[in-house]
Amino acid sequence: MRTLLAVLKKEWTIIFSSSIFYGAAFIFLLISGFSFWAGVSQYGIAGLQSSQNPYLAGMLNLTDRVVQPFFWNTAIVLLLMIPLISMRIYAEEKKTGTIELLFTYPVSDLVVLCGKFLAALLVLWILLAATLLPFLVLNRFGQLDWGVMFTGYLGLTLLSTGFLAMGIFTSALVENQIVAAAASFGALFLLLLISWAKNMTGPLMNAFLEHISLADHLIPFTIGVLDTRPIVYYLVFTFFWLFLTLRYLNSRHWRG
Amino acid sequence: MIIAQALSKYYGLKPAVQEVSFQIAKGETVGLLGPNGAGKTTILRILTCFMPPSSGTITVNGQDSYTHSLAIRSKIGFLPETVPLYSDLSVQQFLDFAGSIKGLHGRSLGLALDQVSEECGLKEHRKRLIKHLSKGLKQRVGLAQALIGNPPILVLDEPTTGLDPAQIVEMRKLMRDLTGKRTIILSTHILPEVSQVCGRVIILNKGRVVAEDTPQSLTSQFQKGFRTILLIDGPAPEIAAKLKAVTGVQQVHTTERSGEYIVESVSDEKIRPLLAQTVAQAGWDLRELKAGELSLEEIFVQLITDETPEVRS
Repeated sequence: MRTLLAVLKKEWTIIFSSSIFYGAAFIFLLISGFSFWAGVSQYGIAGLQSSQNPYLAGMLNLTDRVVQPFFWNTAIVLLLMIPLISMRIYAEEKKTGTIELLFTYPVSDLVVLCGKFLAALLVLWILLAATLLPFLVLNRFGQLDWGVMFTGYLGLTLLSTGFLAMGIFTSALVENQIVAAAASFGALFLLLLISWAKNMTGPLMNAFLEHISLADHLIPFTIGVLDTRPIVYYLVFTFFWLFLTLRYLNSRHWRG
Repeated sequence: MIIAQALSKYYGLKPAVQEVSFQIAKGETVGLLGPNGAGKTTILRILTCFMPPSSGTITVNGQDSYTHSLAIRSKIGFLPETVPLYSDLSVQQFLDFAGSIKGLHGRSLGLALDQVSEECGLKEHRKRLIKHLSKGLKQRVGLAQALIGNPPILVLDEPTTGLDPAQIVEMRKLMRDLTGKRTIILSTHILPEVSQVCGRVIILNKGRVVAEDTPQSLTSQFQKGFRTILLIDGPAPEIAAKLKAVTGVQQVHTTERSGEYIVESVSDEKIRPLLAQTVAQAGWDLRELKAGELSLEEIFVQLITDETPEVRS
């Protein structure tokens, strides 16, 4: 446990001293803030337009106009930002040679992986939590559905955890950070949007694409449904990539 | 006790280390000597469990490096060749990390940090970021992270490469201070380093052990006759001819130093007075006459160029 904390602390120090992290965090908060502002502005305009129409005014709610678009936009920004955070996790150690130190210290690959993963994950969660602030302000002026807010944020948390696990895997494979970021971005983008192809294939393939699509599993969360299937999917997705990373790191012992 | 048995390592089809066997006793300081590409770093990487051998075994106190990797790693302090460090951390943060990962915590970690900072002369630099340190200080930080936790075995891979002459002297002094306290394995291609620091030398070439002994024994094994160094003022060709004519002299070489002659002979007991007499009779000034020994450098060059059969103590 102490060694895991040592790795976590070291990773945190390095993340918070990296200009790439501050750049990525700034862009993430800026775009998610813009998405919130755009949603609220459109909601205001729609409110004005429906002021003479009680039927339309009754249909207007913050969840449909602000919260749901915000979740989808944030998912896309996470897709762009997480590869920038995950790319250095192993690739930088390989490039600078510190991996030689790390692999010769008396600490298992699993502990190192867990320490690195948790450090980056905590940072991501902090950034996600920061996007909650505008909603707390909005809640003073409108009626937010906190059930949808909870499931939506749970969905984003699980989605970002999966993104990070895959990003760490690509980072473990190569020593060039740009290649690691590009590979994880490409793979995640494909998995996020793969369900677009579902109407162009047969029923069996449709079902398969729907099951592996990262985006389709986010839908229940954004509408306030707490379903165990997408939760299990994201957890399996995360553990799958972490397991592959660990096996890849372990493979140096038998690859010779 | 470290025992390597028939250790081989292939990178693809290219052999880096072939059938290397050696033993290192507790408390010994051993130099792994060899030209670049001789397989020194590969052997150290196998010993420190960074990579497995393709065949053969290496054991530390009876524990195999492959099956007891974590146990062996906890006994070893390693300074890799390029001194990789986390440049965004301060010296204190990095040593704190190295100590924590080696199982130190609380008061013991604080004491260990103080001790290695003192030993490696880093006390005043603890708050500085590693990326802002000079090459010499970075090397010291690398050594400090290897020393923290007081590991019984210290593995140093070319620890003076890239340092300026003053830093090299400092580093060698630091290494000399560490000898005797723990087992040290030093890899280098710099010969004076081995003579100054190591009690025993393992010479490698093209992935194989070509010699293994103390520097003194190697000198006596490779020195086929006796050697006398003379410094004489006079006409060089005549001096060389006269010296060669002395009974018992096998060869006479001149050196880069003006007036210096190296005389190889079968016996030195009688030859030195005879040489002095010859010079005096010819009317030349004999400024210096001393016994000469084969240097480790000459043995090394001889070994790696002649492919001499393996020499062991």
